[in-house]
Parts: sequence; structure tokens; C-alpha cells
Amino acid sequence: MPPVLQVRDLRVHFFLDEGLVRAVDGVSFDVGAGQVVGIVGESGCGKSVTMKALLQIVEPPGRIVAGQMLFRADGAEAVDLAQLSPRGAAMRAIRGAEIALIPQEPMAAFSPVHTVGDQIIEALLLHQRKWRPTGPALSRPDARTITVELFQDVGVSMPGERVDAYAWQLSGGLRQRAMIAMALSCRPRLLIADEPTTALDVTTQAQILNLLRDLQRRHHTAIVFITHDLGVIAQIAHSVVVMYLGRVMEHGPVDAIFHAPKHPYTRALLRSIPSLLATPQSPLPTIAGSIPHPLGRPAGCAFHPRCPDVIGDLCARHTPALRVIEGAQSASCFLYHRDEAES
Amino acid sequence: MIEADRAASGPVLEVRRLQKFFEVRRGFRRRIVATVRAVDDVSFAIEQSETLGLVGESGCGKTTTARCILRAMAPSSGEILFRAADGRVVDLAPLPRAALRPLRPQIQMIFQDPFSSLNPRMTIFDNVAEPLLVNGMRNRRARLDRVAALLELTGLRPEYMHRFPHAFSGGQRQRIGIARALATEPRLVVADEPVSALDVSVRAQVLNLLLELRQRLGLTMLFVAHDLSVVKHICDRVAVMYVGQLVELTTTAALFARPRHPYTAALIRAVPIPDPRMPSGDVALAGEVANPASPPTGCYFHPRCPHVIDRCRTEAPTLREVDGHFVRCHRAEELSLAGA
Repeated sequence: MPPVLQVRDLRVHFFLDEGLVRAVDGVSFDVGAGQVVGIVGESGCGKSVTMKALLQIVEPPGRIVAGQMLFRADGAEAVDLAQLSPRGAAMRAIRGAEIALIPQEPMAAFSPVHTVGDQIIEALLLHQRKWRPTGPALSRPDARTITVELFQDVGVSMPGERVDAYAWQLSGGLRQRAMIAMALSCRPRLLIADEPTTALDVTTQAQILNLLRDLQRRHHTAIVFITHDLGVIAQIAHSVVVMYLGRVMEHGPVDAIFHAPKHPYTRALLRSIPSLLATPQSPLPTIAGSIPHPLGRPAGCAFHPRCPDVIGDLCARHTPALRVIEGAQSASCFLYHRDEAES
Repeated sequence: MIEADRAASGPVLEVRRLQKFFEVRRGFRRRIVATVRAVDDVSFAIEQSETLGLVGESGCGKTTTARCILRAMAPSSGEILFRAADGRVVDLAPLPRAALRPLRPQIQMIFQDPFSSLNPRMTIFDNVAEPLLVNGMRNRRARLDRVAALLELTGLRPEYMHRFPHAFSGGQRQRIGIARALATEPRLVVADEPVSALDVSVRAQVLNLLLELRQRLGLTMLFVAHDLSVVKHICDRVAVMYVGQLVELTTTAALFARPRHPYTAALIRAVPIPDPRMPSGDVALAGEVANPASPPTGCYFHPRCPHVIDRCRTEAPTLREVDGHFVRCHRAEELSLAGA
């Protein structure tokens, strides 16, 4: 089966008065059908801007300046999302219906003056042809019935009453469940989850992760899961994209990323997290320095000033490309393809 | 000023039966319609040079407890016994503002968000020197020297002290916040989620700094956090709170090796471990955290507890000692719960 999404050399730049910020600068990855791809990185790595680019909701002064985002809807030809107009009919038919978003803060994403049910019904009526390709239009009572079923599906107790609740009347966990119901309401092929559990407590996070795993298995939805939490990524993703300052540092199957990381950044990141299994009160290995300001991005490999394995001025002068190392694992680092820069 | 002549080797802080209630008022007459029992009967002690972790989910009362100890708010009842620098033991709970003032430099706080905790219109020198100036260090030369020493201690270059906070990254700002907290040589530092706003690569640096400062200065710390892996890394003992109550208190090693309270065990199981070969974070607790304005009868945890028996529904358990753990559970002896 061809991948649901193929991102190729995506570049999103922000044209600020202070200068040019290359928020996403040559990002490539694939999302297979029914696969969970985790995008992990620290603040400023471009993971959220990638998400916005996929939905064509990058705000000015940001702009998609290059690259392809090939998306395949069910049984259809691939569409390059990067070529679609953000306000055009084609993009609007895809956004929400074929590619749906679970945002980080459901309280901010739901309107406080409409019931959660009304907001889901609105989405259903807008994209109703996904539910009823032919025949009479979907009526409001029909949409409401579907919404109640969706609530049941995502484990909202008393769905009949909760449909008429406002977002602020629900607890954090229930709100995120309602948000997931809304994202699933049009049976999307691709779900983008942008830090969906970061605002939640750890026990609620476990509930939501279980729910996403279960839904993904039952509906075969492909998920792009964006997070900074390596623990969450390890437990939910099939493959992982590690980003740093707008570029993909490493990409590979989850087991390889955690057990045989190739890029020095991935290795350092994994070493520096305190784990429940680590020795307490021992100093953690750290990554020297801090994340550079987006306007002052280092030349060459963006990670070279903090890299323990930096190769002289090779890394400072040339930018390594993402190359396959073995099997499905690739990394952008001269440690593995030094010849490329020298030639 | 009670118990003035206690042994000099007693704990730095002893909290006894602390309670903090908030009244919910409604309507034109502002009648009290409910009472939120944010902190309900919390007792613990922190010894000299010890770090006590205070963990729990949002709304469990951990931050309210910390703010009562700092006397940023007045507790509803209970005692907060603080051993001051001169050896006297003072109950902070009933003290008026004026009496608290000489004690304030001895209890300092490290805040969660390094972007809102520094005054953006003051230089780093002014930010860090503020507590010195307030507490009577009038000589600017002396303040400059002291700030330079503090910045060096926290791993920053003293040359940068005349810059403004916006020139620093999150991790550097948190170091500045730590330098400011240490300026008055406090006997107790309250750190409220000091690393949860930081990026992964910077978090390790700040955790290492806190560990190093503990060793070098013998800091006594109350470490409020929700991240169990961080708590396990840095704390000597851990207190777990649920709906305003302490449910378990013991040494870090004992808590993670063999938790005695089902809630502690659930918290540990819910942490996703960064290793795809170790399934974790999958055993979810059913239901939601109880409402502290109308907690359930009996044990507050019983509606979510997988080990509930009839007794839990009617009879509230008390905090008692079981095999070195202080635990609030009827079944603490018989249950065999998995740790990390």
C-alpha cells in the first residue's frame, strides 16, 4: 500500500523584520497507512510548524517556500498539499475531513459559548458527504445521533448528556476525549496529534494514550504524533522523526531510534532524560550549551556547536543531508557519510 | 514563639496537620455554598540538607501546601514549625506580616516559569540583588561581589550581569532564578516545578546544578513536582498527595521499589518509560480525580481504586506507619503492589 503522506524537502520560512527564520528547512518523511509516526524535538525545532504546513494553516509572515506534501485520500490520486491554495475548495475539503487535528489545549480549541456537541455537529454537517456520499442531506438529529455514538466510541461516559455540555464544564481528560471525537468525526485518513497529552496529568495521559492506540487499531487511521516527551513517543510510535532547528536529524523505526540511535543529537537527548530506571542522584549526562536563537542558527550542521563528535570545520561549513544508514534508519550526520561533503 | 529550646538537631521544617480551605461564595450576599478542602491534614518534616519531594496530580494541593509554608497565604489551621538560623523553632502559621519579615530571607522559592519569574525591566544584577537590598545590604560594591559569586555558583558568566533577562535562554533564566533564591543563604528552598518548563536537553543541566548545589551548600529543599522520574532522581524522600491529603510518605528508594498505596502504584505505572521494549504508561486509572469541594465518603481514592473493599467506602483511613512507609490505606499490609 502506498504511504498516506509523503513529505519531501518541505521548507517553511518566516519573513520577519529582524530577518529570515527557516522554521522548517528541508524536512522529509513518510507516513504509512495505519502507522503512528512520532515527531520529537525541543522548542524551536519546527515540529508545530510542520503540523501547520500539513493543514495549510501557516500564518503570515510564514510561508511554505518549497517542497512537496503528497497526500493520498482513500483510493484517490496523490494530491500535493503544498500546491493547494490555503483558502481553496480542495484544501477545505481535505482539512478536517481527510486530515484532522487534535490540538494540545482542548480548552483553547473549543468555543466556550457553544456546546461541544454543536461544534461536532457543525463539522459533520460541513463534511457530510463523507458520511452520506449520495442521497438526502444529513439532518441535524442524524448528526446528533452520530455525535453521541462518537462520544461512546471515545469512552465519554453519559454521552447523551455530555453532548450538551460546554467545554468548561468538562474535566481535562473528558475535554480531550471530546476533541478526539471531533477529530474522528469525519473518519480522517490522517490524524495529527499536536502534544495531545502535554497539558494532562500522568494518569489521564495514560487513559488518552490507551484510547489513541485502541482507535488507531480499530480504524486504521494514520497518526502523526508530535511531542517533546520521549517516553510518550517510545510507547506509541512505530517510527520516529527527530528534529532540531528545522531539520530532520534522524528518522527510523522506534526500536532502532531508542536502542541503536545514530545521530549524536538523538544519543545525547536519550542520555539526558532522568528515567524511572536510572540511578538516582547521579549527575545526568548533558548536552552542552542551549538551543540557539532561531535568527542565529549556526552555519553548517545546526547541532555542531553542541555536538560531542564534531568533525573539525567540516560540520561548521557543510550541511549534512539525510541519508539512509541501514534498513529504514537514516540520519543527517557526516559521521556516516563523510565522503559526500569532501567530494 | 513556642518550643524555643528544642534540640538544635531537629528538623528544619515540621508541618503538623496543615489545613487550607477555600470558601466558594455565590449570589448577591456572597453566601458560602461550598468549601474546597485544598489541603486537608498534611503533616511531614524535612531534616537539614534533605530534599523532600511533594508529588501529585493537578489540584491535589501540592502548590497550596508550598505557598502556605512560604506564608504567601495563611493556612486555615495547623502548625508550620520552622527552625530559624538562631536555633529557635517558630510556628509560621499564625504569625502576622511584621513578625514574618525577619524570617523571609531564610525561606526562598524557585519558580516554575523562568519567563515570568524575572522582572524584564531589571538587569540580571538588579533581579538577583533585589533580595539583598531588601534585606539590608546597602553597599553596592558588596552586592556586585555577591551577585558575581552567585552567578558563578549557578554556572553563569558574571560579565553578563548587566544584561536584561530577554538576552538569556530558558535554562539560563532558571539558573538566574536559582541564584536569586540562594542570595540570602536560605535555610529552606521551596522549588515549585523548577524544571517542568524547560526543554529536555536543558532540564538535565538544571537538575545537575540542583544536585551539585545540594552537595556543596547542604541545601534543604521542598521539591514540588508532578514528574515522577525527576522526583526519583533528585529527592531523598517523597510525599504523595491526593485530593488535599498525604496518602504515602517514605524514602525514595522504598516508594519506587514497593509502593504501599494503590494511588502511588498507579502513578508509577502511568509514567511512560522511554524504551519501546518496556510497555508502560498503559495501565490507566479509571475515572477522574475527586472534587475537593465534595470528596467521596470513606477513602477519597476508593471510586478509582482497583483494590477497593467495602470498608474503604465508609471508613476514612488514617495515615499510619507500615513497614517504614507512612500510608493512608486500610489494606497497606496485605496488598503487594508493583514499583518501577
